Amino acid sequence: MATPTLEKAGTAAQDASPYITVTFRIRRFNPEVSAEATWQDFEVEIDPKERVLDGLHKIKWDLDGTLTFRRSCAHGICGSDAMRINGRNRLACKTLIKDINPAKPITVEPIKGLTVLKDLVVDMEPFFQAYRDVMPFLITKGNEPTRERLQSAEDRERFDDTTKCILCAACTSSCPVFWNDGQYFGPAAIVNAHRFIFDSRDEAGEQRLEILNDKDGVWRCRTTFNCTDACPRGIEVTKAIQEVKRALITRRF
Amino acid sequence: MKIHKYDTVIVGAGGAGMRAAIEATKRSRTAVLTKLYPTRSHTGAAQGGMAAALANVEEDNWEWHTFDTIKGGDYLVDQDAAEILAKEAIDAVLDLEKMGLPFNRTPDGTIDQRRFGGHSRNHGEAPVRRSCYAADRTGHMILQTLYQNCVKEGVEFFNEFYVLDQLITEVDGVKKSAGVVAYELATGEIHVFQAKAVIYASGGTGKFFKVTSNAHTLTGDGQAACYRRGLPLEDMEFFQFHPTGIWRMGILLTEGARGEGGILRNKDGERFMEKYAPVMKDLASRDVVSRSIYTEIREGRGCGPEGDHVYLDLTHLPPEQLDAKLPDITEFARTYLGIEPYTDPIPIQPTAHYAMGGIPTNVEGEVLADNDTVVPGLYAAGEVACVSVHGANRLGTNSLLDINVFGRRAGIAAAEYSVKADYVELPENPAQLVADQVERLRNSTGTERVAELRKELQETMDANVMVFRTEQTIKTAVEKIAELRERYQNVSVQDKGKRFNTDLLEAIELGNLLDLAEVMAVSALARKESRGGHYREDYPNRDDVNFMRHTMAYREVDADGKDSIRLDYKPVVQTRYQPMERKY
Repeated sequence: MATPTLEKAGTAAQDASPYITVTFRIRRFNPEVSAEATWQDFEVEIDPKERVLDGLHKIKWDLDGTLTFRRSCAHGICGSDAMRINGRNRLACKTLIKDINPAKPITVEPIKGLTVLKDLVVDMEPFFQAYRDVMPFLITKGNEPTRERLQSAEDRERFDDTTKCILCAACTSSCPVFWNDGQYFGPAAIVNAHRFIFDSRDEAGEQRLEILNDKDGVWRCRTTFNCTDACPRGIEVTKAIQEVKRALITRRF
Repeated sequence: MKIHKYDTVIVGAGGAGMRAAIEATKRSRTAVLTKLYPTRSHTGAAQGGMAAALANVEEDNWEWHTFDTIKGGDYLVDQDAAEILAKEAIDAVLDLEKMGLPFNRTPDGTIDQRRFGGHSRNHGEAPVRRSCYAADRTGHMILQTLYQNCVKEGVEFFNEFYVLDQLITEVDGVKKSAGVVAYELATGEIHVFQAKAVIYASGGTGKFFKVTSNAHTLTGDGQAACYRRGLPLEDMEFFQFHPTGIWRMGILLTEGARGEGGILRNKDGERFMEKYAPVMKDLASRDVVSRSIYTEIREGRGCGPEGDHVYLDLTHLPPEQLDAKLPDITEFARTYLGIEPYTDPIPIQPTAHYAMGGIPTNVEGEVLADNDTVVPGLYAAGEVACVSVHGANRLGTNSLLDINVFGRRAGIAAAEYSVKADYVELPENPAQLVADQVERLRNSTGTERVAELRKELQETMDANVMVFRTEQTIKTAVEKIAELRERYQNVSVQDKGKRFNTDLLEAIELGNLLDLAEVMAVSALARKESRGGHYREDYPNRDDVNFMRHTMAYREVDADGKDSIRLDYKPVVQTRYQPMERKY
């Protein structure tokens, strides 16, 4: 049986301490204290196999309890801890220290385009409002069947990618169009519209397309692919947006 | 302080809370208070599926499911409740499909099903395909689908509101629920919610363990709020250790991996579960598999330089099957361990996963003040509650089922009650306890640190009340917890502000964990037998004569204000199944 790589790492770790010293450079903001945001550096002893979230916890728990950020599941499922790490949107719990060059200070900032409330915490309400505006729920007509609705495996596969969304806002807050104009629905809302437009059971695709045909809808997308790069779930966000655009032109979906 | 009035208030917005909200909102003026945003709840971390005897892919029926649930719970299950769970499972899955849940499909277009631990054909003959699933993100899809339907129904949410106290008023000698007190994270403001009915759906309490699949936020807030107001907690000694957590991290790797054909192996590459469970093998119930893993480790057959884990081997499964059925957990292995599951086995160890015990309820979700008295206006559903459908050990896929069946039941029952009932008068100074607690912590100059106390708590729980327990280890934990509770009085926080003060909330959460850890350890000490998830090496057998009964733990406060735990017991409801020796 093959030996997992971690075991090798574990053997090496017995000889030397796995811990290294890393500088976290964090954007701090607390309007109760000051109207200005500032950068603050913290030095942390950390195993490079640990997550950025572990580093933030070490700071909060051992150095400065006022450091404020959202987190919950700590393994990339709940979507609480999207933040800008070294200039890129990521989940702090899915980013390992070793993968982001710990030799240099690791910069951590709140995601952009949403109002910062304190440190890394932003106002999520505009983001969720855009999501709610695309009618993100199954709409059907006629009588319900007694058993389940039938759907072929192929039809189910058609929208599989966009069902993975965890509403973390990493995509929307990486979009230059969204930064400049908060009225734009943003990638996440379009992804969630896509999830229903291409679901063979749904009968309100036309309505959703009309919503996204709006001046703040899909046509604002400039296909910069920032959203696709940012998605921690690996969703092909830009492709989904393009498919919605195409559906608007062809009215076939 | 602000006062709000609603017919129905729901505490928590995971699966149970939102399933209840969909029902309650249609029938009554409802508010949902949640310490997170709804889609952040830990229901979203559930992976493998939701059990229901749909019989879409092979013969099955709900009676077999009932039996498996009772046997899985080592006969501590209330059998009337298990029957409801299994019977209503079928509609619960179909309801979710109609709400839009994208289940995986069979070639015929019906909902696909797969094998899961402890679920069997004809009372244990062989594994059965009963788990309805959406890849390995079934919980994510349930959480999203329920949130989508809450948006559709216009459910009113109060996001990032922490419920810290349960208000109870005695009317003509009857304790009634009057509402709850919540702390608003964004502003630090305290809110009183007067409600005719309150439903707790605030989830589990796994964060008192170190190696756990639970989110940081699972700190037993609902259990603690009720317990502090004199309501009992049932069967708290029963905690499930899921066999396959990522080594040292505890991140869950679904049992569905074994349902798809994954195999557990020791350092010799041996499929050791064949020794312990000849029929169900790797798909025996979770308590059995977790004990088997630790037995292998203790007897020197663990893997790695420290021999402290075993392997989950998926390498014989086709990569296409892993991509289609287990995409998330294989990605976890790549992200967190740097391992390619196509070619390398994954190091795993049991991880603290699920509280079988909780706030006692009847099958309508009504909370009990003792063995049979209902607290009018108070309900609970999901992991926070103990119905008890899980008994001494929950079967995999029965929790996603539980939240849907009993979330729905509690939502309907609470709303039907609240539209008819009158408001119960609030106690005098309803926010007093919370205001005092918040001010004391914010102003404390004590020298103890939250993170240090929590770490010591988690270490003692892992060391002493995990998969194997003895009188001595449990006593060690009880003593340590008492010391930590004492030191907690001297805890202080650095953040003194009002805005998003998560430092303060972590301190409050630690207080909840300490209270519940004590209940757990004291309940475990008194149960001198082994049953399901509670294994006593000094009492290795099940003792139906003395312990076929539920533990009921009450907080008692003496004249000096000092608290202690009083244990009582409640009979198990048995209908058609006589206890038998449990073999897999």
